[in-house]
Amino acid sequence: MLRVDVSKQLGEFSIEASFISEGRVTGLFGASGAGKTSLINMIAGLLRPDRGTIAVDTETLDDTSVHIHIPAYRRRIGYVFQDARLFPHLDVRQNLDYGRRMNRLADDAAQRARVMDLLDIGGLLDRRPGKLSGGERQRVALGRALLAQPRLLLLDEPLGSLDEERKVEILPYLVRLRDEAGIPMVYVSHDPDEMRQLATQIVMLKRGRVTAFGGPEVLPATSSPA
Amino acid sequence: MFDISPTEWTAIQLSLRVAIVATLIATPLGIAVAWLLARRDFWGKSAVDALIHLPLVLPPVVTGYLLLLTFGKRGLLGAWLADHLGIVFAFRWTGAALACGVMSFPLLVRPIRLSIEAVDRRLEQAAGTLGAAPWQVFLTITLPLALPGVLAGMVLGFAKAIGEFGATITFVSNIPGETQTISSAIYSLIQTPDGDTAALRLVVVSIAIAMTALVASEAFARRATRRLHGN
Repeated sequence: MLRVDVSKQLGEFSIEASFISEGRVTGLFGASGAGKTSLINMIAGLLRPDRGTIAVDTETLDDTSVHIHIPAYRRRIGYVFQDARLFPHLDVRQNLDYGRRMNRLADDAAQRARVMDLLDIGGLLDRRPGKLSGGERQRVALGRALLAQPRLLLLDEPLGSLDEERKVEILPYLVRLRDEAGIPMVYVSHDPDEMRQLATQIVMLKRGRVTAFGGPEVLPATSSPA
Repeated sequence: MFDISPTEWTAIQLSLRVAIVATLIATPLGIAVAWLLARRDFWGKSAVDALIHLPLVLPPVVTGYLLLLTFGKRGLLGAWLADHLGIVFAFRWTGAALACGVMSFPLLVRPIRLSIEAVDRRLEQAAGTLGAAPWQVFLTITLPLALPGVLAGMVLGFAKAIGEFGATITFVSNIPGETQTISSAIYSLIQTPDGDTAALRLVVVSIAIAMTALVASEAFARRATRRLHGN
């Protein structure tokens, strides 16, 4: 369960958003500039809300009324950024292993094999991020986030920087992830088609406010971005 | 011409020892200061920045004299360090290393700071979301990515340290075998009749050391950059 009730002033722009989602994949849907990224940065702990609470399952991550703010590195919330953000000085194997090392988790060969299999990245292990295609990079970033064993996975337009062909290449992996990995996800996108394929619950955002909440039926019918 | 006398050898060895010790001690300190200046906002930041750069703009004699007042035998810190820790700087090679460290510090810090500023903060954020505490982010992401700058800073600092003259001679004088570095030996030789050939020998040695340092730093930087961009 993800419970968010926050407000944040960012210059001229303000976010006031409140929702509770039990879905396997919560879709944050809205045009660019609607505040989607700021909202998931708050969930990740990268941005501190001015007021409000954020909770995952029974744990409070932010509660400004009692000055609780768990830093990002203690939240165990995975984050896949639009621009992958693989570490350029580490090869794919080391990138994938990074979260396990930082969290001092035991080496779990079965889990690693499962994730590499799920994302088809077993053949990339010795390469540097600079030598990967955009789609490969995004798959490695997904694997890296998963192997840190998060309790919630945030995906900020993971297909946003890819062309149509690559999107079609990655989307099935995301569907498999949803159905097989068993980790609740928050999926950010401005593409209603992507949302329909992935999200089980939709939070519609407009200028920093939640304008609709519900199943995929709240999405606009056309495939043109909102 | 190339018959280097024992006194000259001593000066060369002492210069190398002073510069290496000064660089090795200043580097971790320089990395810490560079990181603070690049990544943190705190009260008095511009004052700290100015203080570090002061040796660059003050006459070296002034810096040397201030060191003498502070770390000399009767100096504020000097007396305490000698009494409690047995560390003496005045008229010792350790004092020369201190003077060289202080004088080269701004040159050491600057490239490190610039390279830390150039590290993409979004990568540091990503490391945080993977569970890396701030000190782990620094050791596994920031520092390795800033490594070319750290090496550049070390070479610049070393080059400055080995050539330092004004502050060193003011603080610890020019004692053969203890505080007489290449620079102060050349200075003495020029003032001695018939010292020209010996001075020239040391000049050649200085040039050789400087060239070696530059070539080595280029090689290091190339290797570090290659490592970062994946080959």
